[in-house]
Amino acid sequence: MIKKLSLLASSMLLAANVAYADPVTGGRANAVIQPEPPSLMLGLVQNGPTQMVAGNIYESLLRYDENLEPMPQLAKSWEIASDGLTYTFHLYDNVKWHDGEPFSADDVVFSADVFLRETHARLRNSLKYVESITAPDATTVVFKLKEPFGPFIGIFEGGTMPIVPKHIYEGTDYKSNPANNTPIGTGPFKFVEWVKGSHILLQKNEDYYIDGLPYLDEIYWHVIPDAASRAVAYETGVVDILPGGSVENFDVGRLTDLPNTCVTDKGWEFIGPLSWMWLNNNEGPTADKRFRKAVMYAMDREFAKDALWNGLGKVAQSPVSSSTRFFTDDVTQYDYNPEKAKELLAEMGYDGTPVRLLPLPYGETWQRWAEAIKQNLEEVGIEVEMVATDVAGWNQKISEWDYDMAFTYLYQYGDPALGVGRTYISSNIAKGSPWNNVEGYKNPKIDELFAMGATAVGKDARQEIYTEAQQILTDDVPVAWLLELGFPTIYRCNVKDLVTTAIGLNDGFRDAYIEK
Amino acid sequence: MKDFWQRFKRNRGAVIGLIILALVILIAVFAPILFPQSPWKMVQRPFLPPFERDALLLGTDALGRNVMAGLAYGAQVSLIIGLISTVASLAIGIPLGAIAGYFGGFVDDALMRFTEFFQTVPNFALAIVLVAIFEPSVESIIGAIAIVSWPPVARLVRGEVLSLRSREYVEAAILSGQRNSTIILKQILPNTLSPIIVLASLMVATAILLESSLSFLGLGDPNLMSWGYMIGAARTVIRQAWWLSLFPGVAIILTVLSLNLIGEGLNDALNPRLSRKGK
Repeated sequence: MIKKLSLLASSMLLAANVAYADPVTGGRANAVIQPEPPSLMLGLVQNGPTQMVAGNIYESLLRYDENLEPMPQLAKSWEIASDGLTYTFHLYDNVKWHDGEPFSADDVVFSADVFLRETHARLRNSLKYVESITAPDATTVVFKLKEPFGPFIGIFEGGTMPIVPKHIYEGTDYKSNPANNTPIGTGPFKFVEWVKGSHILLQKNEDYYIDGLPYLDEIYWHVIPDAASRAVAYETGVVDILPGGSVENFDVGRLTDLPNTCVTDKGWEFIGPLSWMWLNNNEGPTADKRFRKAVMYAMDREFAKDALWNGLGKVAQSPVSSSTRFFTDDVTQYDYNPEKAKELLAEMGYDGTPVRLLPLPYGETWQRWAEAIKQNLEEVGIEVEMVATDVAGWNQKISEWDYDMAFTYLYQYGDPALGVGRTYISSNIAKGSPWNNVEGYKNPKIDELFAMGATAVGKDARQEIYTEAQQILTDDVPVAWLLELGFPTIYRCNVKDLVTTAIGLNDGFRDAYIEK
Repeated sequence: MKDFWQRFKRNRGAVIGLIILALVILIAVFAPILFPQSPWKMVQRPFLPPFERDALLLGTDALGRNVMAGLAYGAQVSLIIGLISTVASLAIGIPLGAIAGYFGGFVDDALMRFTEFFQTVPNFALAIVLVAIFEPSVESIIGAIAIVSWPPVARLVRGEVLSLRSREYVEAAILSGQRNSTIILKQILPNTLSPIIVLASLMVATAILLESSLSFLGLGDPNLMSWGYMIGAARTVIRQAWWLSLFPGVAIILTVLSLNLIGEGLNDALNPRLSRKGK
């Protein structure tokens, strides 16, 4: 009884937002993986499906709750020096790799300083601020920075800094190491087999360093290439978990109406997908701020959310997603107000020059969305010409600034310094990439604020800087923000504690259990 | 003319086809009066089933747009694209066929090999490639349909011209010193008109089908509400909203069927010697 109590207590401590329940051990989780990942070696490949499966195999030092507050993973505690330059992590001391070798601080140093520096572009950008990474003893890792870097505590996440085994990779060619096919990590589940085109099977790690975890015996990832078949697989009971994006949006309503079916849009707080329309600030009517404001007032974003996204997600209020750190709603708000849009257009003397609208070529939902926006804009008198395009054409047109308005969505990675600034700072204006400051917005004050925000020390100081930046941006409307996208995870209600962190399913099924 | 109508009338199917087509044309012409609001306007809640509200007899689609308005404006798109692309392919096919048939020899060989080149490439695949390369728009769709549908015209005209070429009246015209172009345009082509008209009526039907197929695949002009687009957008929600696929589908079937019936009627009326007995 005492053991059971302590087990319960520890599981509640570790997953702060878990409701009181009596977890059951055993059982197999049947989930869909879409598309089939190119590899399960998380240190080499960090795309969505890889992380979703391999997030069970590999771990990082921390995980994050839905407010992006750090929680223990491989590190059981940590300290940040008051000057913001030294980060000290204390690791669990009973951790073993899946092949039985002991895990130590050397693995962390090797992963962060050697392996991932070579293979992980996004992490490399953050490691620019790092002076040294050292392991004073087997359970302590110290990161020393050259200058303070605000988002630093947010980069110790599985997809950003997966810890890989030094004893397997040191001195080898990482990309061609045969061990990549049989990934070895420290996570709650071990790799068993991967039958290409059919399934990936993971098995409980009996030696996991936290007693009693994980609860599940197995995770069986079904590879089903067709969206309609995935929905049918759920209906017929072949799978019990449909991760966000694995069925088409218009099927979500029907599936969630099925008995014993739960749905959540949590678990995306860390990457915070935010959608907007690029507005070409360089030329055409969209170069006029009043026109851009009129676009904001003309769009009925609530309608799009309800009709196209099943009511999931939120209407974006600011360039920072509400789940990202330093979000503020103390900004210019744009409600659906066609009259105001017409006034602004009249004030600027809009002459009816048609604007070209580029939808995102990611399927029906986005196409319908573009049609709805086009109609919204035409109702206030803006002439819109929809341009048909495919993925390659879309990339090219955006990269070459050959558009007036264009749909997109980008990830924020929890911090404005990582995923927001890149869209608005003028040093990011360069043709050739669809992910930088594509709209061509220039504002020295914004450049300065984002530069300060990245290196300022202390939450309050950073909040002040980013609040000002958000206020300026929402007044200037460099792009037309649409929705904070809500991707629904659909699952049987007896699967509990499936999504417990801001990283969602990608954080692994460590805390999940199936009620009998 | 009276004879023609008498013979046409004898084919009851053709008359029915003519009535249906007239209705479709009327709807297309009066669409802006029947439905003053844009077919893209979101007027009601999404997925309103048909026959629930008098104003929205055929229900609404995924964005709450009026399906009936979409059908009316779609009729415009289908008919215009069908007509213009047919005229365009006639404009390619007739001169090529006439020149090949009239001059024969090397010219005939060269032009016919060229025609066969287009015939060997599957129609629809070529149309998809053309539209994809030139980006979907009304012009590129009309162009693509014209390019894939002219070879039969060229072959038909060539055959007709070839048989008329040796007629006495043509030889007389040559002897009287008329220029080749005059002979082709004034003496020969008017006599090939009947089979061309029959073929053209069927080509309009094929063009409407081609346009619908392209739109269904998402290669339609994104600024036009066409029947193919409506079905293409509806196929993903067919389990929730059958009416979104059914009504435009019926519209396509009726229009194409009516054109085929009319084509058959024209054939009977214009080629009395070929008309079947008992009718």
